Amino acid sequence: MSLLDIHNLNVRFGGRDAPPVVEGLDLSIDAGEVLAIVGESGSGKSVTMMALMGLIDHPGIVTADQMQFLGHDLLTIRGRKRRQLIGKDMAMVFQDPMTALNPAYTVGYQIEEVLRQHLNLKGSAARKRALELLERVEIPAAESRLDAYPHQLSGGMSQRVAIAMAIAGEPRLLIADEPTTALDVTIQAQIMDLLLALQRDQGMALILITHDLAVVAETARDVCVMYAGQAVEKGHIPTLFDAPAHPYTEALLAAIPEQGQGERLATLPGIVPGRYDRPTGCLLAPRCPYVQNRCQKRPALEPYDRGAVRCFFPRNMAPGEAPSVSAEHRLEVGGHHYAH
Amino acid sequence: MLSFIARRLALLIPTFFGITLLTFALIRLIPGDPVEVMMGERRVDPELHAQAMERLGLNKPLYQQYFDYIGQLASGNLGESLRTRTSVWNEFTTLFPATLELAFGALIFAGTFGLLAGMIAALKRGSLFDHGVMGISLTGYSMPIFWWGLILIMLFSVNLGWTPVSGRLDLLYDVPPVTGFMLIDTLLSEEEGAFLDALRHLILPAIVLGTIPLAVIARMTRSAMLEVLREDYVRTARAKGLSPTRVVVVHALRNALIPVITVFGLQVGTLLAGAVLTETIFAWPGIGKWLIESIGARDYPVVQNGILLVACLVILVNFTVDILYGLINPRIRHQR
Repeated sequence: MSLLDIHNLNVRFGGRDAPPVVEGLDLSIDAGEVLAIVGESGSGKSVTMMALMGLIDHPGIVTADQMQFLGHDLLTIRGRKRRQLIGKDMAMVFQDPMTALNPAYTVGYQIEEVLRQHLNLKGSAARKRALELLERVEIPAAESRLDAYPHQLSGGMSQRVAIAMAIAGEPRLLIADEPTTALDVTIQAQIMDLLLALQRDQGMALILITHDLAVVAETARDVCVMYAGQAVEKGHIPTLFDAPAHPYTEALLAAIPEQGQGERLATLPGIVPGRYDRPTGCLLAPRCPYVQNRCQKRPALEPYDRGAVRCFFPRNMAPGEAPSVSAEHRLEVGGHHYAH
Repeated sequence: MLSFIARRLALLIPTFFGITLLTFALIRLIPGDPVEVMMGERRVDPELHAQAMERLGLNKPLYQQYFDYIGQLASGNLGESLRTRTSVWNEFTTLFPATLELAFGALIFAGTFGLLAGMIAALKRGSLFDHGVMGISLTGYSMPIFWWGLILIMLFSVNLGWTPVSGRLDLLYDVPPVTGFMLIDTLLSEEEGAFLDALRHLILPAIVLGTIPLAVIARMTRSAMLEVLREDYVRTARAKGLSPTRVVVVHALRNALIPVITVFGLQVGTLLAGAVLTETIFAWPGIGKWLIESIGARDYPVVQNGILLVACLVILVNFTVDILYGLINPRIRHQR
């Protein structure tokens, strides 16, 4: 059984009839695996992770057919029970380390807080463990950093502290939400390497949210590409990169700058549609270079040999490989179009 | 930090001169003089009047009087009251504990309820409670103190008879002044029931004086809290699996307190200004009432030096707040 299993996850803000921000998402990850979730800003990656952590507040509504983690049903456990899981078995590292740490407390205090909360470690035992964790995330002069305040640390250093805090409870699943986006390019690789080393050594599963495909190529085995709140393609590295099936994946790959090529990068015109501006048909249709009449219906995510794809006209298919993608069954009244 | 303190201290010198000049000028701008008030309003014998003025040194040109005053201050002498012939310093130190007790009562009232109300309003943003608290605090802020005091006296003292109308302690009790703080002195004395009586005397004036600070603190806490709750580190705290109480109190409130503490400090000035009115309404024997009476009697030395002392106090409090600020906010502590 998978460590994490989600079926048909929907996240809405502003009532049950509001258009979903995340729509019909299936995700699963096995213990010790790395799953990359890729997509532009606004594609619903972070919201999905917040839903996993149970951090979606009113008026947000999270629904799913199934949400299993480590034998717990995340849909039904609440309050204390839920909080015993998050920060311990399921932990998260956020995007901007400079604002993710509380400016009023020392680094040591913020790490020890997790130890006290979940492992019942106190006093000198907690401090000793906090020091070990700082050394674990390769912070130089760790001892002196315990009493440092976040404003005294650089961005990279802060992210290491945030990672130390996240692994303090020895999580089975670590969620890293664009952990390197806010950092200098030179630091990005170091932090990525650290995360992967920790993932291997501790045997924890890692969900890596990113829009950096180069990082994905080096780190993950499974990839889920999201667009406007839906998974549009799932696959494995390297086949997904060699032969992307969805036009959106293809466009993302075409936008990677390659060394020594002076050509203009290919871009997809337009932006990800907001949740009130989504087309009734295929969500990518307004931006897709291969759009056809049939795209006025919305395709379902169809599994095939190499993964799954949500497109009537998938790209780069070997003869006979292409799945027959059907239109999605939608419970909407008369194809209601959400517009302002 | 040390250079910061030194710079702040240097700034005090011009402030100090400004205050002396202002009080000196303002009290003399009011028509009448001390001798006239002392002699009664009907008939002032011009000769006697001139003699008395000369004896008090009030016949000299104004600039001369001001220099005399500054010279006196420089030698550490605050002068003596024209009415009572006791030294201004002695009068001040005798009366000040009463004002301090009242101000403390008001601050505790305003701080406790202001922080609580502001915090809950922020957490339940947009709720009936939120709108209620903000509406009431706006009303409280705009309420004239003297009117509000009279209304409360009418309701609680006259109609309901729950609290005494005025003063610090019932005449029944004989409590020797040890600290000057009635709540402490009554506890030290053997008099039974004196403490509760002192407390009952304090409640109404403390509420009246604390109303404006309460409103300010509640609104400030709410907006600071709303801002902090949106911060990433609050999300981090929640992602650690901490209880909601811990997230709010330990992670959010601590940071929200930074602006609130500043406001707290600024309110001390408001509080002392309000004390003048409150003490007058409740016949509370503190420096506010003392100053009002001295202005009425044109008791120049008391008005000048009493206000100077109060101003020094406000400066001192703001100074303390600046340092407290550094304690709460590590980012300031580490600045050079």
